[in-house]
Amino acid sequence: MDLELILMQLFSGVALGAILIMVALGLTIIFGMLGIVNFAHGALFMVGAYAGLYIAERTGSFWWALVLAPLLVGVFGMLIERFLIRPLYKRSIDDPLLLTFGLGYVLVEAVRIIFGTDGVPFSTPSALTGVVDLGVGYFPIYRLFVVGLVAVILIALWLGLEKTKFGLIVRAGARDPLIMRVLGVDISRLWLAVFGLGVALTALGGVLAAPMRNVNPEMGALVLAEAFVVTVIGGMGSLLGAVVAGLGIGIAVSMTALFAPEMATIVMFGLMALVLLVRPQGLFGRPVGA
Amino acid sequence: MTSPSLAVPAQGGKGDLRTTLSAWRVPLSVLALCVLPWVLPSQALAVNVLIYGLFAVGYNLLFGYTGLLSFGHAAFFGGGAYLTGMVMVHLGLGWFPAMVLGVLGSGVLAAVMGSLSIRTRGIYFSMVTLALSQLVYYVALQATAWTGGENGLRGFTVSKINVLGLTIDFLDPVKKYYVLMVFTALALWFVSRLLNSPFGAVIEAIRENETRARACGYDVERTKLIAFIVSGLICGLAGAMSAMHLAIVPLDSLHYHTSGLVVMMTMLGGAGSFFGPFVGALVFLLIEDVASTWTSHWQLIAGLIFIFFVLFLPKGLWGTFLAWRTQR
Repeated sequence: MDLELILMQLFSGVALGAILIMVALGLTIIFGMLGIVNFAHGALFMVGAYAGLYIAERTGSFWWALVLAPLLVGVFGMLIERFLIRPLYKRSIDDPLLLTFGLGYVLVEAVRIIFGTDGVPFSTPSALTGVVDLGVGYFPIYRLFVVGLVAVILIALWLGLEKTKFGLIVRAGARDPLIMRVLGVDISRLWLAVFGLGVALTALGGVLAAPMRNVNPEMGALVLAEAFVVTVIGGMGSLLGAVVAGLGIGIAVSMTALFAPEMATIVMFGLMALVLLVRPQGLFGRPVGA
Repeated sequence: MTSPSLAVPAQGGKGDLRTTLSAWRVPLSVLALCVLPWVLPSQALAVNVLIYGLFAVGYNLLFGYTGLLSFGHAAFFGGGAYLTGMVMVHLGLGWFPAMVLGVLGSGVLAAVMGSLSIRTRGIYFSMVTLALSQLVYYVALQATAWTGGENGLRGFTVSKINVLGLTIDFLDPVKKYYVLMVFTALALWFVSRLLNSPFGAVIEAIRENETRARACGYDVERTKLIAFIVSGLICGLAGAMSAMHLAIVPLDSLHYHTSGLVVMMTMLGGAGSFFGPFVGALVFLLIEDVASTWTSHWQLIAGLIFIFFVLFLPKGLWGTFLAWRTQR
């Protein structure tokens, strides 16, 4: 097995990891702030891909899809928070989880009704097709673009959380919502914004994944399980954990695909089991209090 | 889950509906099951109620009574079905040893999954159970030689079964119903006894307040694991019954939709009550039966009904009925 092939497969893993990071980040931000697991996250990823497909077909431009689809789905996410999840905050922690689970069903069926049950191909935008020679091998331009864009978003997100007032409030709100409320911060509006942001991130992941994977109503189910694996390994609520675990899982899956293809999907669940045995709170998670 | 209202057993006031129901719950269930095939639109539906009702009862032991929200119970239902079928196909054993091995195999699977997932709490638990059950799904998908992969497991048909020297025609829907009903009734009796035992009190104590239960000196981890295994065994039995009923095992039985199905059924009926899960399975299957004649997208209707219940009737149909009767 030559080095070039291994390098290219490694890079494929990074691109796969970049998509996983987008999904897991949204999941982990929503959990860190609102304390709920969004079981509709995978379905919203799928809705993002379909929204991208629809906008790209209408406008004839992938770039409009890339910008508009996450925005629209993000706003849709805010409506979900406002009208379905907000009534449940005073209830048990399981209720928003159950509700979003039911919502996932509804979204998948709604997409099936509108777009049909079969998969739809999503062609790579013409400006990003082809491969580029980086000296060590030929890399698909589209995947380089995905990795680059995700890196930019990660930096922007990090700067936003560390350097802006909004980021400060978000971080403080995650620590202690009650004190923030006492200090006069409108926590409800903050949570609305954070939920919208988390959903927009997964929708962006969906648009980015569309040319790499076939767009179909079931695509969210697999992604949800993958995102769970990533957040459990990285530690719930940890942004760094989501990034490290996302990359790690992406690389592990694609390297396994090279040597033992039939084990590719199974290996990530094995890794999760291993992490759970050693560190139940995840690599970067704080220990869970009783 | 909003804490189900059965934390304190009703203090035996005379004529208290809940006390009466509780004391007679097993005979009442068996009576209801006996008349079921004659009141439902079809016998196939009645058999499904037996199977999914039992699945929900097993699930409820963990979700409703122990307070652990698992999203991976398809692994035990599908696992029980696959193991039962595989024993018949690959080992050539009869239906009864196949069912026994299928159920025991589910128990082993539950022991492994349970010991991994109870290391985590709350929301993590739900995520880990879902991810581990996806692992089982992909293993079944890949091990084509054993499981038939995407096509599901085929090649076993139970046409006649021998019980204590009697030969029963298993292809007759009514006879099949009553044979499978015996298993459901026995399992219900077992669950009822278990819930009335000190063990039943401890799992409810853990649901209400884990820290306090630990402070009282109970081994919380071990109790949770046992509850997980028993729940897995009962769901495995439901799966084994499903294999016997369908004579195939579809790969879908391991899919996370199957896990979701049992969560929905349990919620719909009312988690944490004895009759709730069965009522939920019955109503859910009736909705499916009716709605699927109108539209192939009946899951949309199921999802909307489920959202409605989480928002407005978190105690479920049976739980709400009980609360309403007790308040008067």
